[in-house]
Amino acid sequence: MTEQLLIKFSILILFLPLIGFIVALLFGKRFSRIYLFENIVLFISFVLSVILVYAKLAYFIDSTITSEIQWITVGSTTIELGIELDNIAVLMILVVMIISLLVHLFSIAYMKGDSRYNRYFAYLGLFTFSMSGIVLTHNILMMYIFWELVGISSYLLIGFWYEKKSASDAAKKAFIVNRIGDIGMLAGVLMLFITYDTFTFDKIFDQISQGILPFNSEFWLTVTGLLIFCGAIGKSAQFPLHVWLPDAMEGPTPVSALIHAATMVAAGVYLVVKVFTMLTGDALFIIAIIGMLSALIPATIALTQNDIKRVLAYSTVSQLGYMIMALGVGAFTFAFFHLITHAFFKACLFLGSGSVIHGMHHEQDIRNMGGLRKKMPLTYATFLISSIAISGVPLTSGFLSKDGILAGTFAFGSLTGHWLFAIVGFLVAMLTAFYMFRLVILTFHGEPRNKDKYDHAHESPFIMVMPLVVLAGLSFFFWYTPNPLDASKGWVVTEWIKPPQISVPENARYDFMKTDILAQDGKIDGYPVSYSQKYTKAVHQAHYPAMLLSLLVAGLGILMAFVIYQWKKLDADKLALKMKPLYNISYNKWYFDEIYDATFVAGTTGLSKLLAKFDLKVIDGIVDGSATVTRGTSTFSGRFDNIVVDGLVNFMAYLSGFIGLIFRRFQTGKVQTYIVMVIFSLVILLFIFKSL
Amino acid sequence: MEHFPILSFITFFPIVGMIIVLFLPKTRTTLIKGLTVFVTGIQVVAAAVILSLYDYTLGGINDPSTFQFIEKFRWIEIEGFAWLGTIKIDYFLGIDGLSVPMLLLTAIVTFIAAISSWSIDKSVKGYFAMFLLLDTGMMGVFVALDFFLFYVFWELMLLPMYFLIGIWGGPRREYAAIKFFLYTLLGSIFILLVMIGLYFSAQETLADGTKVFTFNILALMDTANYSEIGILSPLNPANLRFIAYLALFIGFAIKIPMFPFHTWLPDAHVEAPTAISVILAGILLKMGTYGILRFSYPIFPDITHQLIWYIALFGMINIIYGALCAMAQKDFKKLIAYSSVSHMGFVMLGMASLNSIGIAGAILQMFNHGTITAMLFLLVGVIYDRAHIRDLDAFGGLANQMPVFTGFTTVAFFAAIGLPGLSAFISEAFVFVGAFGYEPIRALAIISTLGILLGAGYMLWTLQRVFLGSLKEKWNTLPDLTFREYAMLIPLTLIIIFLGVYPSAMLDLMNSSVNQIVRFMDDAKILYGSLGIF
Amino acid sequence: MTEIGLNHFLIVSTVLFSLGIFGIVTRKNAVMVLMGIELVLNAANINFIAFAKYGGFGYQGQLVALFVIVLAAAEAAIALAIVLNIYKTFSTVDVDQIDTLKD
Repeated sequence: MTEQLLIKFSILILFLPLIGFIVALLFGKRFSRIYLFENIVLFISFVLSVILVYAKLAYFIDSTITSEIQWITVGSTTIELGIELDNIAVLMILVVMIISLLVHLFSIAYMKGDSRYNRYFAYLGLFTFSMSGIVLTHNILMMYIFWELVGISSYLLIGFWYEKKSASDAAKKAFIVNRIGDIGMLAGVLMLFITYDTFTFDKIFDQISQGILPFNSEFWLTVTGLLIFCGAIGKSAQFPLHVWLPDAMEGPTPVSALIHAATMVAAGVYLVVKVFTMLTGDALFIIAIIGMLSALIPATIALTQNDIKRVLAYSTVSQLGYMIMALGVGAFTFAFFHLITHAFFKACLFLGSGSVIHGMHHEQDIRNMGGLRKKMPLTYATFLISSIAISGVPLTSGFLSKDGILAGTFAFGSLTGHWLFAIVGFLVAMLTAFYMFRLVILTFHGEPRNKDKYDHAHESPFIMVMPLVVLAGLSFFFWYTPNPLDASKGWVVTEWIKPPQISVPENARYDFMKTDILAQDGKIDGYPVSYSQKYTKAVHQAHYPAMLLSLLVAGLGILMAFVIYQWKKLDADKLALKMKPLYNISYNKWYFDEIYDATFVAGTTGLSKLLAKFDLKVIDGIVDGSATVTRGTSTFSGRFDNIVVDGLVNFMAYLSGFIGLIFRRFQTGKVQTYIVMVIFSLVILLFIFKSL
Repeated sequence: MEHFPILSFITFFPIVGMIIVLFLPKTRTTLIKGLTVFVTGIQVVAAAVILSLYDYTLGGINDPSTFQFIEKFRWIEIEGFAWLGTIKIDYFLGIDGLSVPMLLLTAIVTFIAAISSWSIDKSVKGYFAMFLLLDTGMMGVFVALDFFLFYVFWELMLLPMYFLIGIWGGPRREYAAIKFFLYTLLGSIFILLVMIGLYFSAQETLADGTKVFTFNILALMDTANYSEIGILSPLNPANLRFIAYLALFIGFAIKIPMFPFHTWLPDAHVEAPTAISVILAGILLKMGTYGILRFSYPIFPDITHQLIWYIALFGMINIIYGALCAMAQKDFKKLIAYSSVSHMGFVMLGMASLNSIGIAGAILQMFNHGTITAMLFLLVGVIYDRAHIRDLDAFGGLANQMPVFTGFTTVAFFAAIGLPGLSAFISEAFVFVGAFGYEPIRALAIISTLGILLGAGYMLWTLQRVFLGSLKEKWNTLPDLTFREYAMLIPLTLIIIFLGVYPSAMLDLMNSSVNQIVRFMDDAKILYGSLGIF
Repeated sequence: MTEIGLNHFLIVSTVLFSLGIFGIVTRKNAVMVLMGIELVLNAANINFIAFAKYGGFGYQGQLVALFVIVLAAAEAAIALAIVLNIYKTFSTVDVDQIDTLKD
């Protein structure tokens, strides 16, 4: 195993899905089975990524492998294409490949009979390529490029059933809302480039740790970090740009599982992970606040939604907010850990919902479900396991990562006095447990509410259930740690994921990230030190209280769900009536869509209409006006010419004509008259001469 | 090849074609069309030959020795009378990294427009004769290095355009043609005035040591050639260079078209036949920005530095204003026309950045916009040929009826909104990088980024309105693309994808010249500073 | 009875001339106009001869008179031819109606 070989593997992993995309797109019409080719190349990519992860973790666990080629040279600037393999990147690529492969398999059955079957797999290939690109790249420009490509493949897949207006609307909305975030990210990338004259992550971070800052100020470093974070706000559907994700559920359900639950939306988190080292304390604090709001608001919305996929979508936003908040408070490792665990169980939940929708013949409203556990036992079992995992019950992966995050917020509270993050964290944990079990109970338990649909429901075929089983299996603790109660004893968060060296100048960091001398010698109480001795201690002190509390709130949430929906001790409808205003806010998603429609959308379209009118009436009016004025002037001068100048000439003619008129009286044409005149004149002349 | 006048060949070969067309009988329409396609095809070959022989290391811009394929000889010589002295005008052609991309663009787009003209059936002979004349005019503009010669080509292109819109256009063609003609002529007059002013301000030293007034733009770039009394001489304290700069700039700005001189564009596009729209958007608009880079910048570097913020400002206005106007359009062609206004704003913003990345981005954007808009207009032409309307709201669901057409349109639209992997992304990104890197216009660059958001908005909305949703009953007989349409769209698509993945192919071509112009502008700042002008 | 002198001749010629002019001016028929002209010519002839006889100019007067007679004959011939042609063209010899000269 040489480093070069790993680079070659990663290039293959990257480009095989692209080849699949191109082939499936070009020949999809001619060969109906071309989707198999796409599946096969993806499988190869998957196998290679397993080898890649194994090799990286076995042989190069502490090193970062990079390779680059020159792409563009302009002036004195060179832009490279490159690959950077660190532990985080290879783990991420494995997650992407596992889920992508399972979603491919699931889709083979789920999408059967669709008129654009091959096109669907082509788009999945494009997405997998773009997502791998984000993960593997070593510079932020390439990341932005793949970022946009992911956006476009998401656009294509959300709008896959474009005959539906709602689907094409959702696709458009997703792309445009994402672009808003991307503009911020672009500005951040530009800031980095003009300061450091490179796009490469390593070189940028090196220069930051040498004290080179944008405009020589820590403030601008904060701004730059936040601008880049804007990209994450868009892609990870964070508050206030979270509105696109629930609508994106218009896409096929496997797509929701792959893109809008496990991978693409996690790209935002991955971006923050990637640039974590250059985020100042202030930037992290703002990121934490955004994450907190994104965790809280969608969790409250998810309580009242009735569409099975929308509940999961809001849950996704909430969990992503969790990760972002965790990064904001410095819980780096657990944020990324949660990204991985969440990817598996949320993909499982989405595919499970797909299985339900498939079994119910495209019914998505949970009010029409109920009692499905008998009809779909495997789907039920996997869905339940994933729900337990997301609720944070021990023995599951979700418990480990969530507990870590809660401990992180707890430690942050104890170190800085900002306890709000911890409070919201526990609150959201409870809400999550509640709405997930509401979903499980309403869908699978109780009596069927729609007998007709229930009778026709059936368990999904093997190829759809198998991915569910695999993903549910990955939601157990033993993949990550031997100790089901403490991830810190496991290999993922101690060996594989390590917080990076912070490059930000000391005085711009959080207090607890400042280097203290004791931290240098490796371990404290048998734990490896992260950031500083102070922080490491605080985290471990927070561990047990946080764990107990989180168990408590999760249990409480689950209990409440059972009380209300299973045992019906409390009537949900009455409860809703009692808290009518709160219920309405939640049910109407805090009116975000309405507010945005009324302000930004209406504002932009109104402005565009106004400007178009302005263009037509004023600008073009001036042009046409000047033409009219010119024509008016020319008409006038034409008249002037006609009447005055030419008039003078004509007057002369008229005058002579008039004189002629008088004189033509004498011109009778009769010779005799002339003779009379001659004689008459002669006589007169005679007299005249005579008188002389 | 050493002595073969390939630039003259590529410029005047269409004229030869035109003469042959004029001698052909009116009824041999297929022959006339075929001949035109052949002539423009030969032009593409010639452009390829030029590209293969082009030396990437030479900069050009103001240095006569680094121009390539130079052809220079005395064209007009009138022995002195009165105070005018001897009038000597050169026939002076040559190319550098600024003109080569434009030359390639002209050859390619004209060739594709010629294929697209195959559907013309109204007085075919006249059309193709005009078309070839237009071709010569356009090519000449990009290779002329003598102001007078440039002006001749500039005007030469105007007249056939007038007739091509005015005779073969849509219902309001006369209005559009006259508007286009008068507007552009207005610009030409400004250019003419400046040209004459410059002529009497600078003198070129000939080989035999005598000094003569000159139209040679390379000589006009050198302050040493100016006399102290010339009205446009930087050495004259009471010079009128500022006014002259504005006049010249407006002359070119009308062509770009820059806000608020852009309103001829939507009308001309809507009325012009498809092939002419393609040429108009693909090539003619680039002449404005090309003119600014070729003339305004190096001849008036002092004023350029003074007014750079305003150039960027108008670039920004173009981007935002054009995008917002495009969003409100209901006519497909008008929408594309306004998107052109928006995209040409990127070119202006890039030019205003005065650094390598920004200017390279601007030139690349000129090329990319040329190919992408050409493709967009061809696509509109495809749908218009079939449905005979262009009202966006009248369509819907065409994706299922015309899948291949939809595929090409999607690529073109995605290219227009700057999707990575397609050509416009790199140019737009470079424009932003460049503009962001030049401190005075940084704020404008940030505001301009809104343009890419708005661009995505109107393009995707259009895509949705025309292609997505359910198919309307009356369109279910529309056929998909014909072979000829494939022949036009595939080359453009390949160029768009190729330059998206490997932009160096074009960037390397212009790199030396871009560096040269940036160095020249920087040096000029110091030089003019030492002259006490700043 | 006074001797017939120059004055008598002149009176006769004046009367003749006046009659001629009268005829030219008042007659509508072109032939009559021609006859008026003949009268005027002959009045001139009388004058020539009278002055030749009483003025002492030798025979020059008679000579001119002979010329005039010849001329008058020729003129009459041509004039009649013209009148004939006028008649052919206009179907009339009424000089009042032949006023194309006016236009």
